[in-house]
Amino acid sequence: MAKYLLLKHYRGGPAGVNDVPMDRWTPEEISAHMQYMNDFASRLEKTGEFIEGQALAPEGAWVRYDGPGRPPVTDGPFAETKDLIAGWMVIDVDTYERAVELAGELSAAPGAGGKPIHEWLEVRPFLTEPPTIAE
Amino acid sequence: MDDALLRSLTPGVLGILVRRGADFAAAEDAVQDALVEAIRVWPADPPRDPKGWLITVAWRRFLDTTRADAARRRREDLVDSEPAPGPTPTVDDDLQLYFLCAHPSLTPSSAVALTLRAVGGLTTRQIADAYLVPEATMAQRISRAKRTVSTVRFDQPGDVATVLRVLYLVFNEGYTGDVDLAAEAIRLTRQLAAAIDHPEVAGLLALMLLHHARRASRTASDGSLVPLAEQDRGRWDTALIAEGVDILQAALARDRLGEFQAQAAIAALHADAPTAEETDWVQIVEWYDELARLTDSPVVRLNRAVAVGEADGARAGLAALAALDDSLPRHTAVAAYLHERDGDLATAARLYVEAAHQAPNLAERDHLTRQAARLNARRQR
Repeated sequence: MAKYLLLKHYRGGPAGVNDVPMDRWTPEEISAHMQYMNDFASRLEKTGEFIEGQALAPEGAWVRYDGPGRPPVTDGPFAETKDLIAGWMVIDVDTYERAVELAGELSAAPGAGGKPIHEWLEVRPFLTEPPTIAE
Repeated sequence: MDDALLRSLTPGVLGILVRRGADFAAAEDAVQDALVEAIRVWPADPPRDPKGWLITVAWRRFLDTTRADAARRRREDLVDSEPAPGPTPTVDDDLQLYFLCAHPSLTPSSAVALTLRAVGGLTTRQIADAYLVPEATMAQRISRAKRTVSTVRFDQPGDVATVLRVLYLVFNEGYTGDVDLAAEAIRLTRQLAAAIDHPEVAGLLALMLLHHARRASRTASDGSLVPLAEQDRGRWDTALIAEGVDILQAALARDRLGEFQAQAAIAALHADAPTAEETDWVQIVEWYDELARLTDSPVVRLNRAVAVGEADGARAGLAALAALDDSLPRHTAVAAYLHERDGDLATAARLYVEAAHQAPNLAERDHLTRQAARLNARRQR
């Protein structure tokens, strides 16, 4: 019973094997890709392991506090930002091995030519509550 | 109406439905429906015989569902076989239900969810909230678990050890939501202890009570962790400690030692010390030796190294630690602590930072970061 984040990057991770940008795919290939993601999520719901999935717009702003009584400062987006998160899925599984197995399946989503994209997904454990029994 | 009392009737009612021939999954749904109905009806119209009421309503609900399933022939058989009213075996049924819900074919998280629902009488929503999982996902987890055990015969003898592992998980790894999982684990373990005479069940119950007794002192008002040595012992629940110690002593007297009794013995030695300085670390090391013999768990050997550090000095603790694999969770945290006790503050501070980086939970990470900050501030003075 541990939660993991499967993080999908627009950029920042190593290149996948079938690394053709999505705008070069056929519309059918895009639909097949989306269908694969949806099917994956509903399958995980049936196994009782799905928490949530979200996608993010690529463009965002940087915001920071600018002192009392002043509006926050916004800046960006910065083209040079190395890491760009595309979306995520949160799963609740019994073991780390199961999290890796599921990330592997998600990474096999079809892309150009209907072939798996083999994209790199980042797997990060959630910090939990402390256990009751400590010693 | 007492919610815990109502829920304590759950396993008995479910057991009777299954004995009457209902399949487990359908019976479990019917009992849940009856519980919901009881919460609605009882406040205005309390039954004289709560358990009888639940059995009647759940059985009727089960028959309605079966009828709807067009299993007419089977239903008539069941009605024919309905036993005459009267005393029914309950203790046995309770026990069988524990075995079924902790069946080895289930994954730990499925066994936990099924136990909380079918034995504990919690709703799917309550269980989902307690584990921060969407209700739909938890519902699927539970129905999948029910399908997994659907072919297990109800009267098959089970393994107490698997049940204890599930209850331990409920106690040890709960979030603090609407449902108090630690209290629920204690309630279910008490119920189990009443159904079966087994020293390890007693050992686990004692372990839970002794740790629960310290709960109020484990966290500060800002939510930060308070280590055992710094806890306000005046806030420990002495009634729970006394009960835990009694249960443990009776279990130990049976001379069938197991890991939960040994863990409880360590907790009892901590509970017994009026101040941290008066802790009997020599005896605690001996119990860790017993535990290591029983379980050979690396976590036990790590905790043993801490105890050795207290009993024989930090150097001895570090020597014990050096024999262990340094990739073990919390190895770095223990090393940091022992180096601080040994007076090597620079190494300790560096290791606390590293340990914070590896911490599996937020409270521990914050605690370790504070330790590093405390040492760094002291070294700069």
